[in-house]
Amino acid sequence: MSQSDPADVFRVEAQELLDQIEQSLLDLENRPGDADLVAQVFRAMHTLKGSGAMFGFEALAAFAHTCESAFDRVRKGEVRATPELVSAVLGTLDHLRALVQGEEDGTGTALLAAVDAAMTGAGGVGCAKSSSEARWTIRFRLSRDSLVNGTRPLPLLDELRELGICEVTALTDEIPPLDSVNPTECYLGWEINLLTSQPKSAIEEVFLFVSDEAALTIEPHSEKIENEKTEKATTATPAEKATETKSGPSGAIRVPAERLDELMNRVGELVIAQSRLKQISATLSDANLHSVAEEIERLASELRDSMMSVRMVPISQLFGRFRRLVHDLARETGKTIDFETSGETTELDKTVIERLADPLIHLIRNAADHGLETPEVRRASGKNETGRVMLSARQAGAEVIISVSDDGRGIDLSRVRAKAEKNGLITAGATLSDSETLQLIFQPGFSTTEQVTNLSGRGVGMDVVKRTIEGLRGTVDISSKPGQGSEVDLRIPLTLAIIDGLLVRVGQGRFVIPLSSVEECVELTTEQDLRSKGRSFLTLRDQLVPFIRLRELFASRSGPDQYQKIVVVSTGTDRVGLVVDQILGDHQTVIKPLSRFHAGIETFSGATILGDGGVALILDIPHLVAAGQQEEERLRAAI
Amino acid sequence: MSAILIVDDSASIRQTVKISLSGLGHVVTEAKDGSEGLSKAKTARFDLVITDLNMPVMDGLSMIKAMRTLPTYAGVPIVFLTTESDAGIKSQAKSAGATGWITKPFDAEQLCRIATKVLAK
Repeated sequence: MSQSDPADVFRVEAQELLDQIEQSLLDLENRPGDADLVAQVFRAMHTLKGSGAMFGFEALAAFAHTCESAFDRVRKGEVRATPELVSAVLGTLDHLRALVQGEEDGTGTALLAAVDAAMTGAGGVGCAKSSSEARWTIRFRLSRDSLVNGTRPLPLLDELRELGICEVTALTDEIPPLDSVNPTECYLGWEINLLTSQPKSAIEEVFLFVSDEAALTIEPHSEKIENEKTEKATTATPAEKATETKSGPSGAIRVPAERLDELMNRVGELVIAQSRLKQISATLSDANLHSVAEEIERLASELRDSMMSVRMVPISQLFGRFRRLVHDLARETGKTIDFETSGETTELDKTVIERLADPLIHLIRNAADHGLETPEVRRASGKNETGRVMLSARQAGAEVIISVSDDGRGIDLSRVRAKAEKNGLITAGATLSDSETLQLIFQPGFSTTEQVTNLSGRGVGMDVVKRTIEGLRGTVDISSKPGQGSEVDLRIPLTLAIIDGLLVRVGQGRFVIPLSSVEECVELTTEQDLRSKGRSFLTLRDQLVPFIRLRELFASRSGPDQYQKIVVVSTGTDRVGLVVDQILGDHQTVIKPLSRFHAGIETFSGATILGDGGVALILDIPHLVAAGQQEEERLRAAI
Repeated sequence: MSAILIVDDSASIRQTVKISLSGLGHVVTEAKDGSEGLSKAKTARFDLVITDLNMPVMDGLSMIKAMRTLPTYAGVPIVFLTTESDAGIKSQAKSAGATGWITKPFDAEQLCRIATKVLAK
C-alpha cells in the first residue's frame, strides 16, 4: 500500500471538520444559548486553521482564522449567535469547502463582510476592535510537601477556570520511576494558557498562598511560545503525522474507498475460485482435498462477511447533509420546516449510501417545496404552521427501508392524471387505480409543477430517482393522503457486491435467486400443475399466490422435469411463485453487472460466475413480482 | 459544611471567626492555645484549622509542626493569623507546614473567602 499524502489526509479531515461545524451551527440555530455548541464550532475552526497552515492551505487558514476569531467573540459572550450570524457563517462554509479543494472563487471578502455585518447586528462592534482580554501563560510547580501541608492544586485550577478560558497542560517530567514515588508528594507541575479579561492581580490572587513556595511564573502569552510549539509539531515526520491524524481515539483507520472496492473485488474472485475448488473436490474422492475445500469455503465466507461489515457505514453521515438542505429550503421558500430524522445508526454499504444522496436530495426537496404548503395555507386549513419533513431509516431483513415523508398537502391525483393525459402518457378517460395513477409520477419527463422553481426541476425527476434506486436493486413505493401528506419508501439491499443466492435450474440454464427474497420452496405436484393450467395460481395455506413458469418465460425447449419446484419469493408485501426444474442449492453470488447492451433486460439484474466457470443470470425479483401481480390483476379482472 | 478549629488566645478573635464561618454553615470549635488546639485536633477530625501564632503554653508554630506529624492531619489545610509586621513569619510558618495565612486585621468577608478557597474540594 502506498503512503498517503498528508495533504490528502488533511482534506478528508477538513471535510469532516466542516461537516461538524455545519451540524453544530444548525443545532445552534435551534439552541442559540448553547455554549457547548459555540465551543465546538470554535474548536473545529481552530483545528482547521492550525492543520490548514501546516499543510500549506494558507488561504484556507487565513479564512478560517477570521471565522474563528468571529466565533471566539460569540464564545466570550460579546456577540450573540443570532440566526443571521449562523446563516452568514454557514455561507462561509461552502467557501471553505472550495478552499479545501484548492479552488478560490473570489467570494471570500464578501462572505466575511456578511459575517461581520451579522455580528454587528448581533451586538458586536465588528471584527477589528480587540477586547481587553489578554492571554497569559502561567507555569507553576508546588513544593513536594505541599499536599501534606493542605494545598490542593485542583481548586487552584478551578479558580483559574473561573477567570477565563483555560488550556491546562500537566508537566509530568519530574515524576520519578514508579518504585520511588511517594504518594504524598507532589511531582506535577502545570502550564496554563489562560484567556481572561481579569487583571494580572486576579491571577496572582489565585496563587496567594503558594506564590512564595511554588515555582510560579505568570507571563503575558507570547506568540513566540506558540511558534516554538508549532515548530516542534512540524518536526514530526509526515508519516508520523499521517498516523496521528488517521488513528482517532477509537483506534479507527481511515482508508480510501477505492482500496475497499479493490479488496471487495479480490474477495469476490476468491469466492468464485473457492466454489470451483468445491466443485472439483466433489468430483474427486480425496478426503484431504475435501477437508481443505471445506476449510477454504468457511474462510471465504467469513472473509466475505467481515469485508461486508467493513464497508458498512451508518447512514447518519448522509442524513447530516440534509439538515443543511432543509435549512436552505426553508429560507428560500419562506416556510418554517421541522426536519426530523430517525434511525441514523442504520448501516448500509458505503457505495450504496453515496448513490442514495441524489435521490434523497430530490425527495426532500419535493417534500419541502411541493409537499409542504405555505404557513398561511397551513394555518387556514387548521394545521400547525410549521411543516414537518421526516427522514427515517430502518433495517428489515437484508434490506434497509428509507422513507421520506411530509405532512403537507399530499399528491393531487387529478392533477397527476391531467398532466399525464396532456403529456400523452395515458389516453383520456382510461381507468386507473389510485396506485397506478401515483406510478405515473415515475414516468420520464413528468413533473406536477407547471413552473420550474429554483429548487426543483433541476433535471432530476422521480424517474431518475426510480432508476437510481432500481440500479441499486431496490424499489420505490409512494403513498399519499390528500391534505395529510405523502410518503416515499425506498427499499435498498444492504450491499451490492456479494449476495447469498439460491441456485436453480430451468431447462438447461442455471439462474440465481437472491436468497433474501426467498420465502419458501414447495413442490409443484402434477395434480396442481394440471389443475392450474392457464390460471397459474397456487393455493398456499389458503392464500392464492400467482406463479410464473420460468420455462415459459425463458422459452426452454426441453421438456419439464417430472417434479418441478416452486420458489416463492416476495418483495415485502407481494408474493409470487417461480416455477423451476431443479433447486441446486445455495451459492455465494458475486454480482457482475450486465453489459450496457443488455442493461435494458428487466428480468435479470446481473450475472455471476459459477464454480465450473459457467455463467448464471441473477433474477430481478422486484420486476418478476410486479409482473406476477399484474398478471394476477389481469386474470382477476377477466373473471 | 465543614468542621473548623479556631485556635487563638483572644476570645474576641475566636468570636469573630466563629460568627463569620458559622454564617457559611460551618461548625466551629474553639481552642484558647496551641496545646488545647492540639489535643482537640487529636480527638476530632477537622477540615480546616485556623491558628494564631503568638499564644501562651504552646505557640502556633509548634502546634502546626506537631499537627503535621499526626497522620490524620496530612493534607488538612492549616491557615495562620498574622499581622503585617510579622516579617519573615510567613515563610517560617509555611515551612512548619501551614497552608496559608490571613493578615490581621481581617474582615469577615476576607476570612470567608479564604476559608472557602482552602476548603474547596
